[in-house]
Formats: sequence, C-alpha cells, structure tokens
Amino acid sequence: MGRTSSTKEDAGALFHSLRSAYAATPVNLKIIDLYVGFAIFTALIQVVYMAMVGSFPFNSFLSGVLSCVGTAVLAGKSNFLSPLFAKDLPPERAFADFVLCNLVLHLVIMNFLG
Amino acid sequence: MARRLAGFLVLLLVVSICEAAFLFQPISDSHRSAALELFTPDHGSFKSLEETYEALRTFQILGIEKKPDLTATACRSISETVGSSSSTAKDLFYALKANSIAECKIDKKASKGIISRLNAAVSGASSLLDFYYSVGGLVLIKDQSSEADVHLADAEGVFRSVKAFSQSDGRWRYSSSNPESSAFAAGIALETLAGIVSLASSEIDQSLISTLKNDIIKLFDSIEKYDDGALYFDDKLVDGHEYQGPLSTTSSVLRGLTAFAAVTAENLNVRDTMLGLAKFFLGICVPGDAKDFFNQIDSLACLESNRVSIPLILSFPSTVLSLTRKDSLKVGVSTVLGSEVPSLTVKLVGAFSSGSKDASLVESQELNFDKASGLHILNDLPKSIDVGSYTFVFEVVLHEPEHEEVYFMGSQTKVPISVTGLIKVENSEIAVLDSDLGSIESQKKLDLAGKNAISLSANHLQKLRLSFQLTTPHGRSFKPHQAFLKLRHESKVEHIFVVGNSGKQFEIVLNFLGLVEKFFYLSGKYDMELTIGDAAMENSLLVAIGHIELDLPEAPEKAPRPPPQPVDPYSRYGPKAEITHIFRAPEKRPPQELSLAFLGLTILPLLGFLIGLLRLGVNLKNFPTKPVPATFAVLFHVGIGAVLLLYVFFWVKLDLFQTLKLLGFLGVFLVFVGHRILSHLAAASAKLKSA
Repeated sequence: MGRTSSTKEDAGALFHSLRSAYAATPVNLKIIDLYVGFAIFTALIQVVYMAMVGSFPFNSFLSGVLSCVGTAVLAGKSNFLSPLFAKDLPPERAFADFVLCNLVLHLVIMNFLG
Repeated sequence: MARRLAGFLVLLLVVSICEAAFLFQPISDSHRSAALELFTPDHGSFKSLEETYEALRTFQILGIEKKPDLTATACRSISETVGSSSSTAKDLFYALKANSIAECKIDKKASKGIISRLNAAVSGASSLLDFYYSVGGLVLIKDQSSEADVHLADAEGVFRSVKAFSQSDGRWRYSSSNPESSAFAAGIALETLAGIVSLASSEIDQSLISTLKNDIIKLFDSIEKYDDGALYFDDKLVDGHEYQGPLSTTSSVLRGLTAFAAVTAENLNVRDTMLGLAKFFLGICVPGDAKDFFNQIDSLACLESNRVSIPLILSFPSTVLSLTRKDSLKVGVSTVLGSEVPSLTVKLVGAFSSGSKDASLVESQELNFDKASGLHILNDLPKSIDVGSYTFVFEVVLHEPEHEEVYFMGSQTKVPISVTGLIKVENSEIAVLDSDLGSIESQKKLDLAGKNAISLSANHLQKLRLSFQLTTPHGRSFKPHQAFLKLRHESKVEHIFVVGNSGKQFEIVLNFLGLVEKFFYLSGKYDMELTIGDAAMENSLLVAIGHIELDLPEAPEKAPRPPPQPVDPYSRYGPKAEITHIFRAPEKRPPQELSLAFLGLTILPLLGFLIGLLRLGVNLKNFPTKPVPATFAVLFHVGIGAVLLLYVFFWVKLDLFQTLKLLGFLGVFLVFVGHRILSHLAAASAKLKSA
C-alpha cells in the first residue's frame, strides 16, 4: 500500500521538480525548444496522414518529413540564442550558419518535393 | 503544248504500226505527216540557221510544199547573217546551205565579202570543223553566186592539213590538241576533202586522192552489223560531250562517202555496204526527234542519188496470208525514198518451213507485175504451202543490163511469211474405260465447235480417254502449239494435261489409278476444259466439255494436302484487327476533403509556435534604430523572404537551373547584407558587454 502510493507520489514529485527546473531555463533556450517541438509536431501530422492514405507520392512524403526533422536538427545544433554556449562562436555567426543551412535544406527539399 | 502532245501521239501510233525487223518500208506518207509535225517553227522561225536548213532540206526531199512565210523568214535570217560582219564561218556555212534550198538572192557585194571572209577562215583554220565550215561555204557560194571566181589558195596545202588529222584506223581527230578520234569526224573530213577537190581538182596530186581511198576502206572495217542485215557506224562512248550516236555518225560517214564518190572516179567496192546502210536507216521507221529525222532523210537522199549504187528494197504490205481468204502474196520494189524503179522481175526462188533445213517446198517461179498497184503478185499459193510459218526467198532480176551498174539489190532476200487457215477438228469423242480390260463403260461424242454438257462418272480404277483429229485445209496433219485438257475440282484445284498426238490423231488417256495422289485424293465433281491453240490457227478453241464425277479413295495420313488456293492478293493489304491500348490504372488518391483537412492541421503547429513565442515574451527590442543599420536589417529580412518566395516559384514553375541562377544572385546579396547587420549587432553587443 505504502509502496504504490509512494510511487505515485514520487512520480508527481518528479514531474513537479522537472517543471520548476524548466521554468528556470533562460527564455532563449525555451524559444529553441518551442521551435523544435513545432517542427517535430508538423512531421508527426504528416506521418499520420501518410498512414491514413497510403504513401503514393512517396517522394513528397519524404521531403515533407525530412524538412521538418532537418530544421529541428539544425535548430538544435545551433546555439545562437544562448550566451551559455557562445564561448568560441559568436551568436551572430551561429545564427548566420543556421539561416544558411536552412536555406540549403529547403532548396533540396523543394527539389525533392516534385 | 497540246499540239506537241498530239503530234507526239501521232508519231507513237505511226511508229507502232511500222513493221518489225527483217522488213523495211520505204519512205511513205506517214513520214511526210511526221515531218510536218516535227519541223514546226516557234513563232514562224527556227532557233538557228542549222535548224532552218534541216527543215528546208527535209521538206525538199520529201516533196512537201514549201510554205512561203517559212521561206521568207529563212531569207531574212540568211541575209542578216550574210550581211553581218560578225558572222563566223559556221553561221555563213549554214546560211549558204539554207540558201541553196530557199534560193534567196544574195547581192554581188555581199557575196564578194563572203568569199573573202571564207578564204580568210580557210587560211586561219586550225581544227577540222574550221576547215569544214570554210571549205564547205566556198563550195556552196560557188554554186549559188553568178561570180564563178571562187579560188582556194594553196589547195594542196589545205588538203594535207586536213589529211593530217587522220588516224591509222580510218577515223579522224577534231584537232591536233584533242586526241579523241571518231567516225563522225571522219565523215566530216571526207566531205571537206571532197569539197577541196571540187574547188581545185587540177591542183591536187592524184596519189593523195588514192590514199584517201585506203582510209575509207579502213574506216569501213569498223562497221557494225545487226542481225537483219543493217550496217552502221558507231563511236565508242568515251566523252559524253562529243558522242553523237549511231544515227548521226552513220549519216555523217555516208554524206562524206557520197561527196567523195561524186568528185573522184575511184571505184569503191561498197555496194553491199550501201544496201546495209539503207536497211539501217529504214529500220528506224519514223524518228521522234527533228535532228534524227533530218539525218535519216538526208542519208536516204544520198543513197538515192549517189554515183556508187542505188539500193532497192523489197516491201511487203502484209506478211501474214490467210488460206481461208485466199490471200495472194504481194511484193513491192522501190528505192529507199519510194521512187520509181526500172522494169524488173521478182522471182520466188524458194520457200522453207521455219526451222527446217529441208529442200524448198516450191519451185522457182516469177511473180506477175500488176501495173495498177505497182506490186508483184503471186496469185495462187502452191499446194505445198500449208498452214504454218515459212521463210520465203526472193530474187530480183533487172531487165536492162546497164541498170545493173546503177542499182543494187543484193543476191537474195529472205522474208518470214506466216500462213494461217482454218483447222478442221473432227471425230472428237470422250470415253470412260475399265482399267484392266480396256472395255468401254460409257462413250460420248463431242462437238468441239459448239456447246457441250457431257456428264460422266468414274472411280479410281477406271481411265478417261479423250480423242480428236486435226486436219489442215490441204489435208495434212497439224500439231498445234497448245493442246491441253484441264480438270478443275469444285474447290478450284486445277490439273492440266498435254494432249499428245501421232499424226492427225490426238489422244489422251488419264489413268486415275496413277493420278490419285496427284489429285490429292479429292473426290467430287471435276469440270473438263479443252484448249487447242496455235498462231497459225484461225479457229483456236477453248471449250468446256462438261464434268466428270470422280470417286477416289480416302486420303491416308501422310498424303499431301492440296495447295492452298490463292486468296484475293489484295486482301492482305486490308485493315488489320484493332488494338485498344490499356492504360495503367491510376493510383487511388485520397478524397480531396481529407487532404484539405490535413493541410489545415499542418498549419496548426505553426500557430502554436507563434502563440508560444508570444507567451514567452519575445520582443524586438534589439532591432537597430539608426537608419543605416535599420535598412540593412530590413533588407536582410526581405532577402530571406525573397529566397523563400523563390523556392515557392521553384516548386510551381521554375526548373533547378533557373532557380540556382537566381539563388546565386540573391545569395550573394543576402550574404553581404547579413554580414553587415550581424557584424553591427555583434559590435553592439560587444560594446554592451564591455560597458
């Protein structure tokens, strides 16, 4: 009895501590997290659509999903908003890097979209 | 144009009527009408004096009335040429030639001028044709003008210069620079030399003229022969430019020969050759070209009135005689131009059956001369001449011995004659026999001249016998070219058998036992058809006899199938079966509403992102306020937007190369602007940090 309730309490305590820790992260990082989340969510919706109607223009499906995943990855790797990681690379440089890589990614995606 | 076409058709008709080889018709009215068709001037005058001369000469020889306007236009062009100082020796030559026929007056001054110009041409001549035109012109003007003072300077020198062009084989060259020699040039040279002799005969050494005789004999060694006895000259076709063709070459040589014979007393043994040449020219019948026509007629006129010999030819109105119509054999004798001949007799010396070397079937006999028609007629064909084809041999005997020097006939003339007649078909009967005993099961008489509807039946153990007799009008046996019995089955399979004979009796026996396999074991009704035909048979027949029911045994396994009957040969060009194309079934697409719904759903996360950003408190405080960096910032955002818009266009319309090109420009711009604004921001934040 005490065990299960303690497990539940532990889960709840864990969840609360995570939430409060997250609230303490700087705003810049939260923006990046939000961006990545938005990209992943868009990809998920596309996968659900494909599961429903079949993968006939497979190239289009792939390009759509990969564009979302790609931009998420690029956002994750670039550290232009956080002063924490800006030791060796100035944030503006990282941002320019991010923009350029995104543009190249989207060119390839558009070509593959068909 | 329509007139020319009509004329051409007339010529074709006339040529097709003309007899084939071995038989030569003299010149007749068909030639005259053809001449009128061919020599029609364009707008009243001919293209050149040469053509005018050819037309006038042809009309003169054929005895066609000269049209006055033709003569007038000819006179005009002649006087023009004669009066003009720029006329060459060739123009003068043809003008004078035309004048010899048209007989226009040339005044004294003009003729003096012509003589001096031609003399100058002679002394300045270097090629054979130069000599030909100038010497020929002098000969003509001597005949035409009243001034007989035409003198050829250094006649012997000119003679030698022309002779220098001769070759060892009797041919002549055109000039010292041209190595080609031809018989055509030889004819021209002979004419020229004859002209020189006639202008100044006393000055020329007789030995030179004798050597010329040897040249002529050598030239005549190169004469060529056709099977029907025609002789002609031809040059080798080396250069198409100079090649004249056998007709032009032969007529040129003949003109040269007769001109030469007219001026010398030499005896050239060319009588046989003249007859052969006459056969060549007559064998052409009616030429279709004006130049060929002139050459033919002019040459025949030379043959007609030369000093060597005048050939006579035999002509036959018809070489097919019908015994039924009681035709008689008619022969005409005339000169090549169709003129009168002295009195003579035509003898039939022999008649031989075609292809047989036996003795003559007739005795030598004379033909009667009928004054009214001018033909020699053999009234009754001897009884030994039956239906068939023969070779008749004729001889012509002139009454006056002195005419033998002038006229030449050849020794004997062989002519193929066909005799036709009605063949009697008698005793025709058809019977079915029993194989072993040979006894007749059924026998029917046939009437091969009329209709028959015999109906017989037989099985494979029996035989069919067909027999008849063929007799000629004179009672002899006759073997026709075709004697066939054809049996045709209902399925159109045919079998043809040749009917053999012994003497007059024709018989065929079909033993069905041996023919079963040939007939492909097909039983049933067979139609019978008999064909008897020959060129000499006037009543050739193809008659349906009736039909026979044949009962043949069953075909064994390995028996040959009857050949497939020919289908309509054009049916394979008809339309083929139609093919419908089967397209690949298109992929199933989702319903449009579902797709649109998901499109909306995809936009949702973007909205969620923007709302989240607002909740986080995103602001634009770091946007530069000073004008220069502000513009750069704006341009930076505009640049990124432009690139994204370019991608949209790329998806919709553009191809990769265009996109990359535009992206290049935009990219450079973006990099420049981005670098400026970002470096500005970096500088600003560094200042803030240090401060």
